[in-house]
Amino acid sequence: MNVNRQEALEYMRKMVLIRRFEERAEEAYGQGRIGGFLHLYIGEEAIAVGAMAAMKPDDDVVTHYRDHGYILARGVDPKVVMAELYGKTTGVSKGKGGSMHLAAVDRHIWGGYAIVAGHIPLAVGLALANQYRNLPRVVTCFFGDGATNNGTFYSALNMAAVWKLPLVAIVENNLYGMGTAVERASAVSDIFKKAASFEIPAVQTDGNDLLGVRDTVRTMVEMARAGEGPQLIEARTYRFRGHSMGDPQRYRGKDEVEAAKERDPIVLWRRSLLESRLATEDDFRKIAEEVEAEVETAVRFAESSPDPDPSELCANVLVPG
Amino acid sequence: MPQATLLQAIHDTLHEEMARDPRVLVMGEDVGREGGVFRVTEGLIDRFGPDRVIDTPLNEGGIVGMAIGMALNGLRPVVEIEFADFIYPAFDQIVSELAKLRYRSAGLFTAPVVVRAPSGGGIKGGAYHSQSPEAYFIHTAGLTVAMPSTPADAKGLLASAVRGPDPVLLFEPKALYRTVKGEVPEGEHLVPFGKGRIVRPGEDLTLVAWGAMVPVASMAADLAAAEGVRIEVIDPRTLWPLDIALIEESVNRTGRAVVLHEAPRTCGFGAEVSALIQERCFLRLKAPVGRVTGYDTPFPYALEKSYLPDPEKTACAVRAAMEF
Repeated sequence: MNVNRQEALEYMRKMVLIRRFEERAEEAYGQGRIGGFLHLYIGEEAIAVGAMAAMKPDDDVVTHYRDHGYILARGVDPKVVMAELYGKTTGVSKGKGGSMHLAAVDRHIWGGYAIVAGHIPLAVGLALANQYRNLPRVVTCFFGDGATNNGTFYSALNMAAVWKLPLVAIVENNLYGMGTAVERASAVSDIFKKAASFEIPAVQTDGNDLLGVRDTVRTMVEMARAGEGPQLIEARTYRFRGHSMGDPQRYRGKDEVEAAKERDPIVLWRRSLLESRLATEDDFRKIAEEVEAEVETAVRFAESSPDPDPSELCANVLVPG
Repeated sequence: MPQATLLQAIHDTLHEEMARDPRVLVMGEDVGREGGVFRVTEGLIDRFGPDRVIDTPLNEGGIVGMAIGMALNGLRPVVEIEFADFIYPAFDQIVSELAKLRYRSAGLFTAPVVVRAPSGGGIKGGAYHSQSPEAYFIHTAGLTVAMPSTPADAKGLLASAVRGPDPVLLFEPKALYRTVKGEVPEGEHLVPFGKGRIVRPGEDLTLVAWGAMVPVASMAADLAAAEGVRIEVIDPRTLWPLDIALIEESVNRTGRAVVLHEAPRTCGFGAEVSALIQERCFLRLKAPVGRVTGYDTPFPYALEKSYLPDPEKTACAVRAAMEF
């Protein structure tokens, strides 16, 4: 495997961190400590972790609303991410963004966006600015299969192709747009084929195979960086939880979900590390303990942080004139 | 001071701002080689090149969305939407993304995009080349909405928009593009947002109008003057944030107010201005606040003159307020 022990364990640590972070968020949501909506990434962690590992730290990232994984994979402190979910002043956006709008500009994470497909043109613009400013940065834009049925997806890809922009679109095809199966909503179930209209190079990859994701993203990102224009990756995956909390999941059977869990990206990565003797059970135990402590610290931090003062309500609409 | 049309003032200001700051880019459908549908951007591409004067695909939502990303990433895009009527495909990008970034990030980032859109009737454009959509955007927090009625204000508002920290929508009254001429200050000239202008002073009634309705208001004031009524005409210039203090002070003096706009009546911005006046000046008012507006219809083609407010209709509303 094209990975050293240190990298291998770091990828594992990040996937486990995202998993445990979200499981604790799920608990907090059930206790009413996190409000509104919570869209869990559980089952899709290999994509965020693999993609971030393939990019440079100043490559720009724009994401959809199922966005906890990316910001954690980029290395933002789980404390400030959890605090944002709790709506606390210590959160990444002081509690003004919430779960679906996580951003960390100093880490080039330009935000999660809750209008499906609405953020794709923003990624095109970031890429155009990188090109205009002669910056060697590539923009990656993450979205789901549902977004590719929206006109904004096509119009954005067209612009990126017209100007040969350094953009990599990463479609996480988890087989359902909320509750509607891909084949019921999209004339083409192999999403990557949609890029052909714009002569954008596109590939389909196994989104649960961490190393496969990393290497595919690395190849496409470096092609984009080399001036070869936009690229598209369809990463096939499966979401183990509902679309958001409270989804009755009438669109799929429990057996289907259980079968999918056999291809849990964490289980697969663990197996390949054991088989290749890059890690031992002890390593995994240590990671689990460290992550447990880190997530516990994040939860405590969020719970003990202050709520925003009502005087904040009208701040940050416009710069005061 | 040199004289210029409204259109020339906007063109020259774009030129000046691009020369001043290499981060400023102009983008839109046919803004480059073609010089824009109204020729506002004519010649900019020759001076600044196609990297800074970008001909885009026909895709308003994509253009504005892309401009947001560019602004996040350190640029100063000035978007031209060919007609304000074509802004609706970009509505989602403007109200869902552009308007909300500063707020949802608690001030950590924002996108200082300028969107220019020729608006209003008067050129027989019919249903899709004549509308005045300002109220939709004023209703969305996070947007500055301005509409100049003179070449000098066009320069000052556009320059403030390009240099400012937040997104700005500039609706340009296309009926005035080549029909209004005026002095334009040379060099730096910034009109701050949220500051209105008294177009002409008067003691008997305050007439608030913006865009292409400002000259109509002045003509109505002439008609009223012949009847001995002295009208104070106020052009807010920025619709949001509104200079309500200027209007309030005026109405407290005159005791009467009429609001004039060409957008449809119901939920038009005149309704908000009227409500604000009544909240703030209730005990000084000698008559209900009047409204002269377009009709609650799609914008007509042949009946454009019947639809648009004119000096006579405005004078009727003034008379009604005076005789109440």
